[in-house]
Parts: sequence; structure tokens; C-alpha cells
Amino acid sequence: MARATKSTTLLDARALARALQRMAVEILELAHGTTDLVLVGIQRRGVELAERLAQLIEREEGVSVPRGALDITLYRDDLEVVGPRPVIGETRLPGDLTDKHVVIVDDVLYTGRTVRAALDELADFGRPKRISLCVLVDRGGRELPIQADVVGKVAKIGPGERVDVLIEERDGKDAVNVVGST
Amino acid sequence: MTSALGKDLVGLEYLTADQIRLILDTAEPFKEVSERPIKKVPALRGKTIVNLFFEASTRTRISFEFAEKRLSADTVNVAASGSSVSKGETLVDTAKNLEAMRIDMVVIRHGASGAARFLGERIRSNVINAGDGKHEHPTQGLLDMLTIRDKLGTIAGVKVCLVGDILHSRVARSNLWGLTKLGAQVAVCGPRTLLPRGIEELGVTVFARIEEAIEWADVLNVLRLQLERMETGFIPSLREYYRVFGVTAERLAKAGRPLLIMHPGPMNRGVEIDSRVADGPHSVILDQVTNGVAVRMAALYLLAGGRPELADAAKGGGAE
Repeated sequence: MARATKSTTLLDARALARALQRMAVEILELAHGTTDLVLVGIQRRGVELAERLAQLIEREEGVSVPRGALDITLYRDDLEVVGPRPVIGETRLPGDLTDKHVVIVDDVLYTGRTVRAALDELADFGRPKRISLCVLVDRGGRELPIQADVVGKVAKIGPGERVDVLIEERDGKDAVNVVGST
Repeated sequence: MTSALGKDLVGLEYLTADQIRLILDTAEPFKEVSERPIKKVPALRGKTIVNLFFEASTRTRISFEFAEKRLSADTVNVAASGSSVSKGETLVDTAKNLEAMRIDMVVIRHGASGAARFLGERIRSNVINAGDGKHEHPTQGLLDMLTIRDKLGTIAGVKVCLVGDILHSRVARSNLWGLTKLGAQVAVCGPRTLLPRGIEELGVTVFARIEEAIEWADVLNVLRLQLERMETGFIPSLREYYRVFGVTAERLAKAGRPLLIMHPGPMNRGVEIDSRVADGPHSVILDQVTNGVAVRMAALYLLAGGRPELADAAKGGGAE
């Protein structure tokens, strides 16, 4: 299926690094420091982004921030469209989340359904005093009343296009591309 | 509505190696769900599942029920034992009644081989076989395989010997199909009267003596000796069975290396297995029970999901 697609770069490696740096600072401002702060990445690339942000915060503050991973597959509202071979990633949270300030980290914010599922799932692990949302790219197109507190890049991207976030650890390089059929 | 496993899970004989691996891989994340403070995910919310048990069962029924509840499905248990209506009529009738109540899935245990497939062909709901006669008990086979993979890291190349009553055992049959598909070497050991004729033709090694089996195997899956077999003349006495085929600590010690000890339960201590072995350091009998819930969650989840045409449509939407 060789369908012609065009790919444009939304963020290159340097722009992505700068965005993460700024996001780390904004998370610290939002949470008034690192006390009670927990970063939870959504499988899959949100997990790596959360790890990066945690390292940046550590460099800034000299404090280790607890991080976790959340797979929301089992909380989706569309089991029948998950496909015949759903891949369920690992869910691993750093202890009870009660009274923590949890920052959900994801790569792309689109319809908001993933975040809705993540909120439901987090509620099963305790009662955080606050939950914030941090995304690398906000592409618009929300179907639920959800917005991000910390955003790396805002871009209006149409439904025919796809945002590909590439992360060094997983994909061999850092970049955010917009891929769309011509 | 076809999942990656098809409509029903009737037996491992009818699955490909790839499908079996998919169930085992999907079971992994479900193990963690049972360790959560709230052991429940909403994946099957709104699905209605009937557990239709025509035969006595504790472990399997409860395991399925936990699996269903931890996926947020609504469940109804029907214990149909004691029904005097002939099997065929009962099943068709029951099936029609269940369908009329708009159910989504049936988990069936039945004394007649082929009952699960029979039901699956007659109702639209997904059917999972929880043991049909002497045919198959696929989720038991899967949980055995998951336990072997957990403990030894692989299934391919592992030497597994099934010990005991192979002839009447649906657990043995599911193990045989599943293990050989994933490349394990499979052997059986038991009294000649309790081995199916011609089993060697399936590529299975036959050991007449338990000592030889222990010498050869990495894993012993010790099957329950169904006590009613003694009355029908398959074995002379329980004591003699234990003396000749019992898996004892002394016999295992002679192997000079640890063997993984499995048993599908319920155990007859002092008949097919020595208590010191059942409770010993290499026994994974309770790990099997824990894995049973995860494997059943995986099977339920995979059967309930998966409409490829919708998945493709959803992908057009972009980011995951």
C-alpha cells in the first residue's frame, strides 16, 4: 500500500530539547517545587517523556522525582476498535497516589479520550490532591472538555494528518513530525 | 465480529502458535491488575457472561468468575448439574434461552467431549470451553504454559512430561497441543491402561517408568488420578499406583537437578504426588492458580474485542 504521504517537521531535536526544558520549569512552578510531585507517563512515549522531564527536574532541583507508567488500554471506551491484537503495556506506579500532585505526561493531546481514561485509572490507585496534564504537542481536535496545563508546542493539525513523536530511546532520534496524505 | 482468536475458544488444537503466544503475552499485564489496590479494570463493562457448569468445579469456576469480575463484566453462574434431560436437548434449549436474554459470552463446562464447539456453533455469543469431557481444557493448558514460561523463560525446547491418567485427561490433551505447537518436547508417563493407544504417533515420548521420566524431564505436570478409575479396573490399587508412579521426594532427589513440579488440581496427596513434593521449593502449583486468573482475563478480553474494520477506521484519527 504505497500511498503518497508528506512529512513535515514540527519540532527537530534541538527544539524538542528546548521545549522539554521549559516544560520542566513550568511543572516546577505549577507544583510549587518537588514536594508531593509524581510524574506519570502514559504508555508508550509518555513514559520516556516523563523520564526525561524527571531528569531535567532533578538536574534543576537536585531532588529525585518519583515517576510511574500508566497503560490505559483497559480503560478505553472503545474496546471493539482497539483492534484484534491489542498491546497492553506495563502499568507501574510509585506507591499510593493519595495526597500527591500527579502530573500526567503524554506525547500528543488530541481527542482527550486517552486523558479521560488515564483519570479514571489513576482514581483506582488513590486520591491525588491534584492531577495536572503535561503534553509535548497539543494538536487541537478535542472531543471532551479536557485541556493541558503544560504544553510543549501547540499546533492546529487536521484530522487527516498524524503527529509522530520520535524519542531517542525508542526510535533512535528526537523529532516531532506531522505526516499527512497528499 | 471476529477477534484474533476467532469467535470461540474451544481448544488449543484449533489455535495457531501465534494465537497461543498472543494469549500468553496478553496475560502478562493482567497479572498486575490482580495486584492493584482496586483489582478491577473497566475493559468488559456492560458485557454479560454466563458461567454454565454442567460438571462440578471449584477452582476453574471461581477463577473464571474472578477474571470476569476484574474486567468489570456482569456474570451469572448456572450450575446445571443434576439435569436429567439428554445432553443435546439441554444444550440447545439452554442456548436458546440464554440468547433470548441477550448475553455476550458463555463459559461452559460439560461432561461430553465436543459440548463447547456444539454450543458455539449454535449461538452468536462467544463460547469459552472450561473443560468438555475428555476433549480439552484450553485455559488450563494456557495457564500451565504461562507458568512454564514464567519460570524457565521459554517454552521452546523445554522437556515436559505429563504423568498419570493421560487417557481420560482433557488437561493432558490441551497441554499436548499447546506445548508441541510452541516447540516444547512432550512426554507422557503412566500405566499402559491409562495411556491412549497410538500416542507415540503424535511425536510424544512414552515412559513406562517414572524414574526414566524424571531423568529426562525439566518439568513434571502431575495429573490427578481420578479415583473412580480404580473401580473401573484401570489400576489395581491406589497404594500400588503410588508405589510405582508416585512423584516422591526420593525419586526427584535422584535426578540431581531441580524439576519444575506442576499439578492442575485438585491433588490427591499420597496418590499421584508426595506432600513433600507438592509443598516443596520447586512446586509451582499455586503459581499455576494465580496465572489462571490472568490467562482467563486475557482470553475473555481478546474474545470480546477486536473488530479490525473499526480499528482501521479509528487509526485515521491520528495519535494513539
